[in-house]
Amino acid sequence: MTQATEEKKPPNIDIYKAWCKACGICVAFCPTGALARDETGSPYVKDPEKCAKCGLCELRCPDFAITVHEKKERQARGGQ
Amino acid sequence: MEEFTKLIHKYLRHDKKFPHVWCPGCGIGIMLGALIRAIDRIGYEKDEVVLVSGIGCSGRLPVYVDFNTLHTTHGRALTFATGIKLAKPGLKVIVVMGDGDAVAIGGNHFIHAARRNIDLTAIILNNSVYGMTGGQYSPTTPFGMRSTTTMYTNIEHAFKISELAVTAGAAFVGRGTVYHAKLLDGLMEKAFLKQGFSVVEVIAHCHTQYGKLNRLGGPVEMLQWQRDHAVTVESAARMKPEEMEDKFLIGVLADRDLPVYTEQYERIRQRAKAGQGKDA
Ligand SMILES: Cc1ncc(C[n+]2csc(CCOP(=O)(O)OP(=O)(O)O)c2C)c(N)n1
Ligand code: SF4
Ligand code: SF4
Ligand code: SF4
Ligand SMILES: [Mg+2]
Repeated sequence: MTQATEEKKPPNIDIYKAWCKACGICVAFCPTGALARDETGSPYVKDPEKCAKCGLCELRCPDFAITVHEKKERQARGGQ
Repeated sequence: MEEFTKLIHKYLRHDKKFPHVWCPGCGIGIMLGALIRAIDRIGYEKDEVVLVSGIGCSGRLPVYVDFNTLHTTHGRALTFATGIKLAKPGLKVIVVMGDGDAVAIGGNHFIHAARRNIDLTAIILNNSVYGMTGGQYSPTTPFGMRSTTTMYTNIEHAFKISELAVTAGAAFVGRGTVYHAKLLDGLMEKAFLKQGFSVVEVIAHCHTQYGKLNRLGGPVEMLQWQRDHAVTVESAARMKPEEMEDKFLIGVLADRDLPVYTEQYERIRQRAKAGQGKDA
């Protein structure tokens, strides 16, 4: 049971506020809608469960301000 | 994905001020990420790499990374790089230029470096404008577009940098966009590994100057434009010419083996040293 809970854990996405310039690129091109912008335009992780860990936000961030941490455990597919 | 960030930090100069100087959403940062990933994949030692740049927003790139770096004068980066390569042929010399740097003031150096097929890699950030100095038109500003020096719209025609490099004799030419970041690191890797003059043209956006004057939106809209107008060489082969009219090609545009200047030069040196005559 413990392990199943672990496996469902969504990825850790770090947004390094000190470097982020709130350009909106990561949010606009996230294919799953895991990210969103707050009222100031800054990105935040709205729905980590949705993240597909494609890494595109990290690749396209011009400021190296967003990191998607790969989970140690294999990602559980399907099931809640 | 975490490892990407780790390696970005491995190559950054931590005594420099971050976040970097570029405007929010500027593509130069994306290009820097691609460059670092490509270098890391090949596994060059930091001391083996020399990054040479001219002046411009793109010219500031080497400032941030921990290789041997040389920030030279506007338009002359290739000449400094040529000197370095001839003096120390063992080094991997990479030249980072803007479109103004490479094909306006430095245009002559560019075509002749390609013609000589000297073993250098030129990475050219093409944002269609002089970004740093306030949005003046450059030789890559498209016909009919506005810049601060073509307020009645540009009546000149744009150079196609990659096609120019192919014609001038470069051994490898690839074009990518900052939107297609993964493709970009692949192109850079191929270019770095190529013997001879290799060029990667990076289509990017200057939303604060060119984008604003032409009402093209911010970085997101300009990246969408890249997404919607770039066609890979492979897809283009299956398309009709009229479908390609407002599009541009991305991918490998030339990859050929030609005698490399640096090697030919070394041969002559060896012959002269051995006291062989010119007819040997
Ligand atoms: C010899 C010389 N002429 C002109 C300038 C002024 N100048 C600095 S950067 C630049 C153009 C920059 O455009 P580009 O090379 O496209 O780089 P970008 O800023 O767009 O990345 C010019 C004209 C200069 N520094 N030196
Ligand atoms: S792409 Fe980077 S700089 Fe831009 S909003 Fe996202 S994290 Fe911030
Ligand atoms: S890794 Fe992919 S799915 Fe997850 S937040 Fe980033 S862009 Fe979105
Ligand atoms: S002026 Fe243009 S090219 Fe220069 S940093 Fe700003 S957006 Fe980028
Ligand atoms: Mg430019």
